[in-house]
Amino acid sequence: MSVRRLAKEQPASFAFSKATKAKADWWISKYPETRRASAVIPILWLVQKQEGWVSEPAIRAIGDLLGMPYIRVLEVATFYTMFQLEPVGTAALIQVCGTTPCMLRGAGDLMKVCEKKIGPKDTLSKDGKFTWQEVECLGACANAPMAQINDYYFEDLTPETIGQIIDDFAAGKAPQPGSRVGRNSSEPEGGALTLTDPKLYDGSAAQPIRKLPNSDPVPA
Amino acid sequence: MPVAKVNGVEIEFEPGMTVLQVAERAGEEIPRFCYHERLSIAGNCRMCLVEVKPGPPKPQASCALPAADGQEIFTDTPMVKKAREGVMEFLLINHPLDCPICDQGGECDLQDQSMYYGRDGSRYAENKRAVEEKNMGPTVKTFMTRCIQCTRCVRFITEVAGVPDIGMISRGESAEITTYLEKNIDSELSGNVNDLCPVGALTHRPWQYHYRPWELKKTETIDVMDGLGSNIRADSKGAEVMRVLPRVHEGINEEWLSDLSRYVVDGLQRRRLDRPWVRGADGRLAPATWEEALGLVAGKLKAAPANRIGVVAGDLQDAESMKAALDLFRALGSPNTDCRQDGSALGHGPREGWLFNSGIAGIENADAVLIVGANPRVEAPLLNARLRKAWLAGKSEIGLVGEQADLTYPYSWLGAGSKTLAKLPKAAMDFLSKAERPAIIVGAGALGGETGPAVLNALGALAKKVGVVKDGWNGFNVLHTAAARVGGLDMGFVPGEGGLAAVDMVKKGALDVLFLLGADEIDASASGAFKVYLGSHGDRGAHGADVILPGAAYTEKGGLYVNTEGRVQMAERVVFPKGQAKEDWAILRALSAMVGQTLPYDTLDQLRAKLMADHPTFGRIDYLPAPASFDVAGLGKKGDLGDVGFASPVRDPYLNNPIARASVTMAELSAQRIAPVAMAAE
Repeated sequence: MSVRRLAKEQPASFAFSKATKAKADWWISKYPETRRASAVIPILWLVQKQEGWVSEPAIRAIGDLLGMPYIRVLEVATFYTMFQLEPVGTAALIQVCGTTPCMLRGAGDLMKVCEKKIGPKDTLSKDGKFTWQEVECLGACANAPMAQINDYYFEDLTPETIGQIIDDFAAGKAPQPGSRVGRNSSEPEGGALTLTDPKLYDGSAAQPIRKLPNSDPVPA
Repeated sequence: MPVAKVNGVEIEFEPGMTVLQVAERAGEEIPRFCYHERLSIAGNCRMCLVEVKPGPPKPQASCALPAADGQEIFTDTPMVKKAREGVMEFLLINHPLDCPICDQGGECDLQDQSMYYGRDGSRYAENKRAVEEKNMGPTVKTFMTRCIQCTRCVRFITEVAGVPDIGMISRGESAEITTYLEKNIDSELSGNVNDLCPVGALTHRPWQYHYRPWELKKTETIDVMDGLGSNIRADSKGAEVMRVLPRVHEGINEEWLSDLSRYVVDGLQRRRLDRPWVRGADGRLAPATWEEALGLVAGKLKAAPANRIGVVAGDLQDAESMKAALDLFRALGSPNTDCRQDGSALGHGPREGWLFNSGIAGIENADAVLIVGANPRVEAPLLNARLRKAWLAGKSEIGLVGEQADLTYPYSWLGAGSKTLAKLPKAAMDFLSKAERPAIIVGAGALGGETGPAVLNALGALAKKVGVVKDGWNGFNVLHTAAARVGGLDMGFVPGEGGLAAVDMVKKGALDVLFLLGADEIDASASGAFKVYLGSHGDRGAHGADVILPGAAYTEKGGLYVNTEGRVQMAERVVFPKGQAKEDWAILRALSAMVGQTLPYDTLDQLRAKLMADHPTFGRIDYLPAPASFDVAGLGKKGDLGDVGFASPVRDPYLNNPIARASVTMAELSAQRIAPVAMAAE
């Protein structure tokens, strides 16, 4: 993780959209009036959702909305790497996991594809549609290698499939998230190998519980 | 009380104390960087690790661990030694080895503690991290590679100063201390973060590379920049005062100091009067000898009728020089003496009538505070920090009559001036009369002008009505902005029978000879009198003077100062007066001999003895009068309150006295902190 700084070029202003404001108010209402600052993380999320990234005017707007000093909002925004401090691609923000399991399963090859198709890491592509980043573990190790694209996980990727996904986003399509080898979440490739007995699921194996385990009184 | 064992020795402690405090109570020193008694506990430097039984078999951060009954604490076991060495080594991984060029070198916690608790060498061979320098304003110089992320500065500025400008951005190895987009710290207490910084990351910008701490001669003395009389230590090199640092005084400044008191010292080197001057026939000032200058003044004083001469004492004067001036003018038969340049209505009746009776520390006990015509943040920043502390602790409610300003804590604004005071809203009356220990803080902004005596009277009546003065509690507080004022009022440096007040003395044709004893804040340009200025700086007072007698600044003379709560404190001489300048009382003594009214003292000690004999309150150094009951309703004069707005007379604290006006740092602070606000207000 490198030093996180606000983008050099910033928009002149920021305004909450009506929808964002409504959601922000819903979050604020969850906390006592004197603890409005508690809503800072959800609201940073909402702002990122609205604009794609968190700009400096947005940080001030959040500070004003929550009655927080600006530096406190900046502290939170720079602490969490999920908040993008620079503009990101309008079509897709691709976060390729580079931690050990994904790395062993070929994350490096995915990154090469990204580099070829989009450009260097952490920089907006020339057409402004794509940004790709290398991130730390996203917790889908069983489906390595994987990448988070915008809000969804794309799993069991290969250089070909990620190339296809990027092309789809470029063409304005919305590729289906999830595994690229057709498995359901993290179950074994090719279907389940255990717990396959249908009796497990028809209720025939169920028995009344006569005695709860560990229910004996503790011996004195 | 619970008992714990520290290294095998039993020690009693109070419930709620931390392991670190218990160990200190037992006389064991615990090294620390982030922990500070007056700030919240962070527990992030890990230097205070100790071994505690019962508990997990690992070192524990003692600053954040509550002590328990029957606990065994070890501070000298091999585990503790190894833990400290480990923490120290980690702290030093990214700390540059630039002690030889670091301003903190020689008085650095990191340096000292690495000597005591660290390993002999480093095993780290990789590159150290580099951090860009940050701008934090004219008082704070940053070298952020030296920072060890203790966050003392963040906690101080947020909690004590109440101006949450500093923060720590990013995290882990990239964590950096900064202000929002490197704006200036907008706190009048900003200099304290440099004191708090345990390493050389934040150092005093105005004094950067000016000295090494071991070259300095250290003198403990008293600050005169505001009415609080903060305890300071002035460090000098040769004839120059290099810096001023706070001393601990729990009753006054705790261990903080305002930027004004701290960084004003460069003003002591500039625009100094170092020889007598006499205005010649051509209207230009020309250098003169002491004999010529004093002879001329003596001649003028003798020639004028006694009721046509007068003296005005300034805001920074020591009590001795005021006593000498008062004795001299009374001996000459003049009733025209005044120390109230601001024309306030104080100075008559019981002494409690012009004191900050609850005491500076005592104001923390007040549960309702009404501020009238004062801006404590500007006039006495450390008193404001106390008010904020009480408010933070949930102990006090604060109301304000006068100009609205950001005081770093919320208050209810009741009105702008005397009209509000004539009929205080019911809510305000309720919050005062319901309080157990109500207090009123009245500033010079309410007591000046023609309505001053009436306002004072109205406040006295209000105080009596809501029980501000009662058994064991006296919450009637006058906040003075000048260090000399209470001393002057205590010795009766007010107009005698039929005498003129300061504001009348400077009127056209009022006097033949006007003696300005360090008085720069009063406009004497209209006066046609022969003006004599005795002072240290070539400022407003000296500007129109006919004779200039060079005196000593507050660091150049021993003197008594009485702070706003009536505490007499003794300042010590740090360096000698500049050039031919003399101590103020000695000049007045010499003048008295020339006018044939020789004052009955030849040494400062004799003068002090006379002062204490005439006014016994001066005889008790660093003594805070106990809260005494007095007739608060008898203050001032009943009269029409009129409709005047109360505004603090201190428009710009950084340019409020001749020393500050000569200081480059103060000019910068004024330009950055005061001017933009004033411009925005227009």
